[in-house]
Amino acid sequence: MLNKYPLWKNIFLIVIAVLSAIYAAPNFYKADPAIQISHDNGVMDQPALDLATAALKEDGIDFFGAVIEKNGVALIRLHDQNQQSRAQQVVNFKLPKNYIVALNLAATTPAWLVRLHAGPMAYGLDLQGGVHFLMEVDMDEAITKQLTDTIASMRNVLRDEKIRYRPPITLDSQKRINIRFLDAATRSAAISKLKSKFDLVMGTTESGDDFVLQYSMSPASVLELQKYAVQQNLTTLRSRVNELGVKEPKIQQLGANRIIIELPGIQDTTRAKDLISAVATLQFHLVADSGAAPGTTLDYEYQGRHYKVVQDVIMEGSSVTGAQASIDSQTSTPQVNITLDSAGAKRLNDVTRVSVGKSMAIILRETKTRSVTKAQADGTLVTTSEPTLEERAISVATIQSALGRQFRITGLGNAEANDLSLLIRSGALAAPMHFVEESTIGPSLGQENINNGIKSVLLGLGLLVVFMIGYYRICGFASIIGLFCNLLLMMAIMSLVGWTLTMPGIAGIVLTLGIAVDANVLIFARIREEIENGMSIPRAINAGYEKAFVTIVDANVTTLIVSVILFAIGTGPVKGFAVTLTLGILTSMFTAIMYSRAIINLMYGGNNVKSISIGTNIHLVADAAVHE
Amino acid sequence: MSNISSIPFMRYRHIAACISGALVLMALILLMVRGLNYGLDFTGGTQVSLHYSGVPSLDEIRSTLTTNGFPNHEVVNVGDDQDVMIRVQDSGEAVAKGSSNEDLSKGTATKVVEVLKAATKLDVTITSSSFVSSQVGQEMKELGVLGGLLSLFMIMLYIAFRFQFKFSVGAVVSLAHDTILTLGFFALTRMNFDLTVLAAVLAVIGYSLNDTIVVADRIRENFRLLRGLEPAEIIDISITQTMARSIITSLTVVLVLLALLFVGGEVVRGFSAAMLVGVFFGTTSSIYVAASILMYMNVSRLDLVVPVKKQEELDSMP
Repeated sequence: MLNKYPLWKNIFLIVIAVLSAIYAAPNFYKADPAIQISHDNGVMDQPALDLATAALKEDGIDFFGAVIEKNGVALIRLHDQNQQSRAQQVVNFKLPKNYIVALNLAATTPAWLVRLHAGPMAYGLDLQGGVHFLMEVDMDEAITKQLTDTIASMRNVLRDEKIRYRPPITLDSQKRINIRFLDAATRSAAISKLKSKFDLVMGTTESGDDFVLQYSMSPASVLELQKYAVQQNLTTLRSRVNELGVKEPKIQQLGANRIIIELPGIQDTTRAKDLISAVATLQFHLVADSGAAPGTTLDYEYQGRHYKVVQDVIMEGSSVTGAQASIDSQTSTPQVNITLDSAGAKRLNDVTRVSVGKSMAIILRETKTRSVTKAQADGTLVTTSEPTLEERAISVATIQSALGRQFRITGLGNAEANDLSLLIRSGALAAPMHFVEESTIGPSLGQENINNGIKSVLLGLGLLVVFMIGYYRICGFASIIGLFCNLLLMMAIMSLVGWTLTMPGIAGIVLTLGIAVDANVLIFARIREEIENGMSIPRAINAGYEKAFVTIVDANVTTLIVSVILFAIGTGPVKGFAVTLTLGILTSMFTAIMYSRAIINLMYGGNNVKSISIGTNIHLVADAAVHE
Repeated sequence: MSNISSIPFMRYRHIAACISGALVLMALILLMVRGLNYGLDFTGGTQVSLHYSGVPSLDEIRSTLTTNGFPNHEVVNVGDDQDVMIRVQDSGEAVAKGSSNEDLSKGTATKVVEVLKAATKLDVTITSSSFVSSQVGQEMKELGVLGGLLSLFMIMLYIAFRFQFKFSVGAVVSLAHDTILTLGFFALTRMNFDLTVLAAVLAVIGYSLNDTIVVADRIRENFRLLRGLEPAEIIDISITQTMARSIITSLTVVLVLLALLFVGGEVVRGFSAAMLVGVFFGTTSSIYVAASILMYMNVSRLDLVVPVKKQEELDSMP
């Protein structure tokens, strides 16, 4: 029979609609304002949470549901958004410094939805407020630093080998090391000595009376350095941003040498920047003998044991040129390989030569920015950011032999070796970075954007409902059912896949609503045309859907081409728009055709339909001509 | 089917071509003489949006900025009288690359706000601020142009593959027409041309083709269906048959765009304006430009029938 969907098709459509509704549902629950408490070491404890709730009670702030979540972060939900920042201050004042208190919005998804892994869409910075940075690694500076270290090492090699050159060894503007010799023979001798020690591209030239030897980095090693620098900066930034207690920070590499940092909920750009551009330093110390004179040692804790280390510094982290975790090929155990510049290597060799059997400690010093809440004389609370210096031992190891330019730390677990190499690198100076893009969106603007977004979706929907039903009557109603299914399906997919919703993304959704009904307009126009041409209603419905299908696909493919290109080239706002536009076009083709057909089949299915409510005749011109 | 009447669109195609040509020429002149008012995304610089507790004097803000080392600035009201957007072009880069750590963390935005706060008795709050280096801005411009060209090329390829070369020329000419006129509108009104507007212009390229395809589809179908008619008649009939639905499909999109324009807020205002203008020109151009190009290129039935089918038909003729 014409225009009847088989049962399985109807059931399939109902299942899709129900699933869409379920997975879109979490977006309709309004999030609670909340404060979030975490501890430095990542694990929040109950006594601290009790302290926090007691402080809130004392201050008369309404709260509920104070729990420690699975990820070790405590959430205290509040009734009133206006009390949020007051609550943050009160708790920050009460708790010790090593607890981080941040503002948050807690999802209120019901438990049964959570069990189905349903959750609300992630909001972009423009909807929830926050700061965005784009940083770029200064490769020029990184190469210069690397080659300056190399020059120092070359100087030592030449001195040790007693090869005479004309000082100074210089670095020219094209990042080439220039060493000058008085004759070609000396230069050849230098080449043979330097060749095995340095992985550089060599060239020779004559300038005046001098025989010049030039070294530069190969493009491959520049790339390697860039990769290393970006990787190291990413790691350092991640650990620093954790200090801010941001709910979901995003730190990602963009292109070859850029890093995106997005910190939702943070308003204080200055503090965020301070933290990001903070420098960590590394110091190498000997562990003191038991009989060391008091006052000449410092106390540190490492893996639960206390150590006294000699105050004198063997060398600083700036001497470290590389640290990599690897596996010892002989024992198959993890290790960390450390490379030093020549000055550092000499100092370390001098000390360790006479200290075999003793232990060496590596101390990491970091300046961290904390928000500290203090009570004023009049009882009001004021929160300020204060830099605090934090020191800790990251490694204590026994010296097995005199150490030189390259040495390794063994006896570590896999993860330990990895962490240690990262920590050592974070202390060593990475390639410097600078900000190339920065933006702050206030929380009120974020809320305003959300409201505007909701309003435009509703108004857009409303206008379409009025227009489609007004113009196409019952058939228009069928298309509206498809439209609502489309909206739910889009929301469900966005929530499930975890794509971030932005304001341009909302614009994309609204736009695709308008595009979605286009398919129905094409179909209905076709059906009316076929009826006017004398086709029976059932056959006209069938022909309308079939003939319009190709046109609908063609028309949508071109928009799809553009939205995919936008997705590929776009960043930030453009990408958010491209995501919803692409998704919306795909889902709308499905819903606009399948759902409207299902409804029309239900109402006008079968072979003996005599009338159809598809609006007034629009082919006035054509009709007038026929009657002439 | 013999008695199909139509509006004689093609009779007026020369006049329409003149009007379209004149509009495109005007838009191009505007683009060259006035240029686009590029947003921060493309120019680089620092932009701060401030909310004042009262109505501030824009002139005072301007003179404060000039005397405090920001001579190169733009100050406008956004939304209402109390909301001010300030764009500072210079020194953003210098500060970002700044020599000292303090400069680095403070940034131009903070300095601008400090200066302005000191100069007024009103309360000033930052609603948003952003900084883009001119290098990133330049890259965005290049990406935008690349995206536009790539879109046009891919669409031309698709149309050529789905229809026929003459259709794809018609489609691309009408797309170029829509794009240039939309850009011309932005040059005329000096509205801010930022990344979201660029996205809208590209979306227009994709969307305004929908109508063109509906018409092209029908022209193709009618060339096969209605034999013995002149191409001009067939095109007229096709346009007449599809005009109503072209207008209605555009209307549904115009409805949602109006919703965005009026309640969507500042962020999507430029976007919805660009799309509205683009969809308007797209609808008119799908009626006139694309089909007229077909006429100018002497489209015939032979261009459209599928080769295999053509063989059969030739065989069956006496």
